Amino acid sequence: MNLAVLVSQVPDTATRIAIAADGRSIDESGVNFVLNPYDEFALEEALRIKDRDPLTQVTVISIGEDRVQNALRSCLAMGADRAILVRDPALRGSDPLGTARLLAAALKQDRYDLLFFGRQSVGTDHAQTGILVAEMLGVPHAGVIVKLTIESGAARAEREIEGAHEHLVFRLPAAVTAQKGLNEPRYASLKGIMAAKKKTIEFRDCAALGIDPATVGERGARLRLRRLSLPPARKTGRRLEGEPEAQVRELLRLLREEAQAL
Amino acid sequence: MKSLLVFVEQRDGQVKKSGLEALGEGLRVGAALALPVHAALVGSDLEAAAARVSGCGPHKVWNASCPALRLYSPDGYATALQQAVRRCDAGIIFLPASAMGKDVAPRLAARLGAPLASDCTAVRVEEGRIVVDRPVYSGKALATVEFAGEGPILATLRANLFSPPPEGRPDPARVESLPIALDEAALLCRTVEATAAAGARLDVAEAEIVVSGGRAMKGPENFAILQELADALGGALGASRAAVDAGWIDHQHQVGQTGKTISPNLYIACGISGAVQHLAGMSSSKVIVAINKDAEAPIFKIADYGLVADLFQVVPILTREVRRLKGS
Repeated sequence: MNLAVLVSQVPDTATRIAIAADGRSIDESGVNFVLNPYDEFALEEALRIKDRDPLTQVTVISIGEDRVQNALRSCLAMGADRAILVRDPALRGSDPLGTARLLAAALKQDRYDLLFFGRQSVGTDHAQTGILVAEMLGVPHAGVIVKLTIESGAARAEREIEGAHEHLVFRLPAAVTAQKGLNEPRYASLKGIMAAKKKTIEFRDCAALGIDPATVGERGARLRLRRLSLPPARKTGRRLEGEPEAQVRELLRLLREEAQAL
Repeated sequence: MKSLLVFVEQRDGQVKKSGLEALGEGLRVGAALALPVHAALVGSDLEAAAARVSGCGPHKVWNASCPALRLYSPDGYATALQQAVRRCDAGIIFLPASAMGKDVAPRLAARLGAPLASDCTAVRVEEGRIVVDRPVYSGKALATVEFAGEGPILATLRANLFSPPPEGRPDPARVESLPIALDEAALLCRTVEATAAAGARLDVAEAEIVVSGGRAMKGPENFAILQELADALGGALGASRAAVDAGWIDHQHQVGQTGKTISPNLYIACGISGAVQHLAGMSSSKVIVAINKDAEAPIFKIADYGLVADLFQVVPILTREVRRLKGS
């Protein structure tokens, strides 16, 4: 099978977010950028198919600036065969539709049986790119999946919904978006890390993808970020003193009378 | 554009609260823009659900009923909604930011070539246009987003933040059936069954009250005392990443970055120290209670009410007292 894993690079989840001077982006100084955690589940699922079938090829694709090469290297170290970075100054500020248009164009340059996405990038949290791409390519998708089985071109996936799982059936080619719980991602082996250093990352720009730069990036974005702000700080509340019985009585009184939360 | 359309989610004929909340916000925004508000129901056998929604104040209810859509299908539901959009010439489309709403919205957005703002926590009308707030970095920052250009726009609205409309109005809206000619073979992807997740009674993302446990729970068996408190309060059981990664509880309960970002009315954090990833996911709760033995735990900095105490002592007392209150 020919598999594509679409990944992004995000600030480490332990990052404390500060707003940059432009009021529209985060202050990147000191920020540790990592492979999006949900993309690790997506890649692992693709690699497990490759483990069972050595003829399977896994291509990782991302969009972004030069630093994103590090995320692609981590994917190669985990076992991906090939990496493509869509890189073009015109792409800065793309909205999800723009990003999806670019990814769809990059995916059309090959024939893939299955596309793996993370359920969302922890950061922008749009949670829509994978599904937009599926619709643009006219293929089915299963979102937020925690289980996937494939047998002779037919797929079955379990997806997480409120308090239940939906079992979906669809045929390949298709797209899935990975939820935590789908698998336990592997660590890159030393051998994998060494091998990844020898692999080359392929680059594409708008021209190579046949995309009009005016339809992507900030200019083409219809979803526009006006400003980024920190959420209102919560003020520290009060400590309830005393023995457990007294603490609980006071808590319930406050929850009912002051907070009106019960 | 001639109208505002709200997708009112139902499952098994039961209208979802998050769908009604989206409708409530749709009615408020529709009034501000002088736009008629339409409601769309998708599924099969929707008469009772449509009758309920028709009493909630919309201009019209579209009943997109089709046997093949009894269970969720991403492309099938997108097709039904696309037809509803066309019939009422909707320029603004609201959906709940539920599992279904967040899954079908991008599919519909791609078909309409329309921008979609996900998981919005506030909607404003400024000079006749929609502006939304949406949390990013799992709530560590807030993005204020506007829509450029012309054509329809979509937004999914987070649960528990918007008011559902009053029901049972004396002048119910007309229910119009929207014929959907789809059979199972025509669907790219469809649900064949839905199974209850292990131990899940109420989902943390939907619950108005959440009782969460962290590393200090010490083991999976101890979550039972939190479940008892959650049950007594009519709430859901949550967990920190530490507890999930230790394998004590299923990840569907995880609150925080790489889990769920939630805004319940009341969040009770038990034995959770308050790592930055966890705080991101729950700090927009209306009221936060922290129970922790460690007086220095960061969770106390954002808690409205802090109990420096052993949760194994306090939680059973709390459960007993809540039961006594509810019983009286």
